[in-house]
Amino acid sequence: MTAAISATKQRKWQDYFTFCTDHKVIGIQYLVSSFFFYFIGGIFAEIMRTELATPEPDLVSPELYNQLLTLHGTIMIFLWIVPAAAGFANYLIPLMVGAEDMAFPRLNALAFWINPPAGVLLLSSFFVGAPQSGWTSYPPLSLLSGKWGEEFWILSILLIGTSSILGAINFITTILKMRIPDMDIHSMPLFCWAMLASSALALLSTPVLAAALVLLSFDLIIGTNFFNPAGGGNPIVYQHLFWFYSHPAVYIMILPFFGIISEVLPVHSRKPIFGYRAIAYSSLAISFLGLIVWAHHMFTSGTPGWLRMFFMATTMLIAVPTGIKIFSWCATLWGGKLNLNTSLLFGIGFVSSFLIGGLSGVMIASVPFDIHVHDTYFIVAHFHYVLFGGSVLGLYAGVYHWFPKMTGRMVNETLGRIHFVMSFIGLNVTFLPMHELGLMGMNRRIALYDLEFQPLNLISTIGSYILATSTIPFIINVIWSLNKGTQAERNPWRSLTLEWQTSSPPAIENFSEPPVLWSGPYEYGIDSESIESESVQDLLTEVASEG
Amino acid sequence: MQISTDITSSSVSAEQEHHGHPDFRIFGVVLFLIAEGMIFLGLFSAFLIYRSMIPVWPPEGTPELETLLPGINSIILISSSFVMHQGQAAIKKNDVAGLRLWFGITALMGAIFLAGQLYEYFHLEFGLTTNLFASSFYVLTGFHGLHVTVGLLLILCVLWRSQRPNHYSSQSHFGVEAAELYWHFVDVVWVILFILVYLL
Repeated sequence: MTAAISATKQRKWQDYFTFCTDHKVIGIQYLVSSFFFYFIGGIFAEIMRTELATPEPDLVSPELYNQLLTLHGTIMIFLWIVPAAAGFANYLIPLMVGAEDMAFPRLNALAFWINPPAGVLLLSSFFVGAPQSGWTSYPPLSLLSGKWGEEFWILSILLIGTSSILGAINFITTILKMRIPDMDIHSMPLFCWAMLASSALALLSTPVLAAALVLLSFDLIIGTNFFNPAGGGNPIVYQHLFWFYSHPAVYIMILPFFGIISEVLPVHSRKPIFGYRAIAYSSLAISFLGLIVWAHHMFTSGTPGWLRMFFMATTMLIAVPTGIKIFSWCATLWGGKLNLNTSLLFGIGFVSSFLIGGLSGVMIASVPFDIHVHDTYFIVAHFHYVLFGGSVLGLYAGVYHWFPKMTGRMVNETLGRIHFVMSFIGLNVTFLPMHELGLMGMNRRIALYDLEFQPLNLISTIGSYILATSTIPFIINVIWSLNKGTQAERNPWRSLTLEWQTSSPPAIENFSEPPVLWSGPYEYGIDSESIESESVQDLLTEVASEG
Repeated sequence: MQISTDITSSSVSAEQEHHGHPDFRIFGVVLFLIAEGMIFLGLFSAFLIYRSMIPVWPPEGTPELETLLPGINSIILISSSFVMHQGQAAIKKNDVAGLRLWFGITALMGAIFLAGQLYEYFHLEFGLTTNLFASSFYVLTGFHGLHVTVGLLLILCVLWRSQRPNHYSSQSHFGVEAAELYWHFVDVVWVILFILVYLL
């Protein structure tokens, strides 16, 4: 397998700024634009953490703090992690199932191009008084704090939601209908399963958020009283509709990265994935359970006791499919020939950090404990372990794993490892003390706090600086490797999924010859003589000699 | 192994040539309608919660809703689904004239429905902000009306395209099927809406 860059036509850089229907271009567009918003959301976070280094609100005004808080949450969820997952899915799914493109290429390009204007709209809310009511935008608070900023927020989320729904339709159709004939549903890569589960959630839950936001918009602009208790409305209805989307949204944000980890771990530990079907079906189980647990966000909103019991039990049940995944990943690593490159390091970092977030999740699923820590920093610690320790580390694992495929160049491993070590230390120094802060009773969403909370806050702020600095080696690495990195082979990791059967980067038409499927995507150690195709035989022989 | 060598016949559009499964586009439309259905589900759920929350529904002082005009309107809309289906049956027999006739009648029925709804709006004695019942009424029926309007545009689009020679045939009529699915969806939503808002 020494075939390097394909002689076939490649994309020009200008294509990445056009309404291009090639899924690979759209994937890169999603990834790059989401990193741009990650940068902005990160700056907002750093300003907030600097403010929180001292108990007094001395750096930014409380209003500005609220605005930064609202936009940090909104950007990181809607313009960073969700579109970044869509970027990977766009790039990889057609390649993984052996298709030339997504099922609906024009719809795909449209779904991407909705996002940048939505992001600009969101940020431009600063000119009219940015929203201050947090990313949840709970009424009646959201009805009181600045009408136009809130309205910009709503419009922006509606646009991003539309993009997300269109994307979900495309992913599901591509995964279910575009596979090469030999690939049955149980021989497709686990990333496809994860995207299938994630897209099903996006398809079913995002429209409900749209309904809630349309009603909220009516309340704001026209003066209806759906959610305004002063006019006879009920703000709890908003919470139900909002969390019917926003709880599944956490799985929309993590499932794709479960998929990425399921690709990264077996390849870099040279082992078949442990429990393929268990991992695949547990994704679907998480989707289903994710849809019926929304009210655990509302244990303190006057939810009746019997209902709280139901939501507590179903929420705790999610630990079962999630546990299946964690144990399967550990079993995959167990006894493997670990190639501890940056991608695998991020993969292992993902599993360990997500585990902490998952365990604190089980804790706050419990009603008595949740009532104690509700709206404290314990919750902030929990979801940052899940979303940073989980999604973001998973995302980096994916970036390092597929960088050679996407760019045709290898990354610099030294810089990558520095990036990992700084991220991992930074993440733990930032978010671990927040558990204690929460247990001590520090409220979230405030710029002013009691003096006793300062030492831990200071540690957390220092951690956040390490975290911010950790992106510098990453950025240098990407720019340097793009220009000077070693040229990547077609399949530098000797991976068995289909995307590695084409050139790096893939030609415009994806595969110069039809991809050939053998027994499965993770059969490291399979007997190559049973395979007809010579090129696949060569690959398997190489894999067997290495792993 | 070859990808999608079996469907490159002349009846399949260029876009479809790349793909192995001819039904994938209808599958996509069905997924889209599921998402649309979830928006209505969200709105219906909110409506039902408000209903259960307020002891007297509609709240005292709200003028009664007339059911005669919306009833007739419902019959027109539901019948139009059957009329439309004749159009699809016609194109399956390569009868473009039949398609145009039946779709034309459907469009007319849809327009009558919308006109009826507007007439109702102008004669109602409550406004959008009168109370929760009034707000819910206008949002639900208005949002549905918006969907009828989109459906109508889809039908007009099919009619316009059917003028091109050989655009639709018994083998290739995705646009016809998509418009019809959408219209049936709008009808089903109306039946639920009518029962919830007018009858219960």
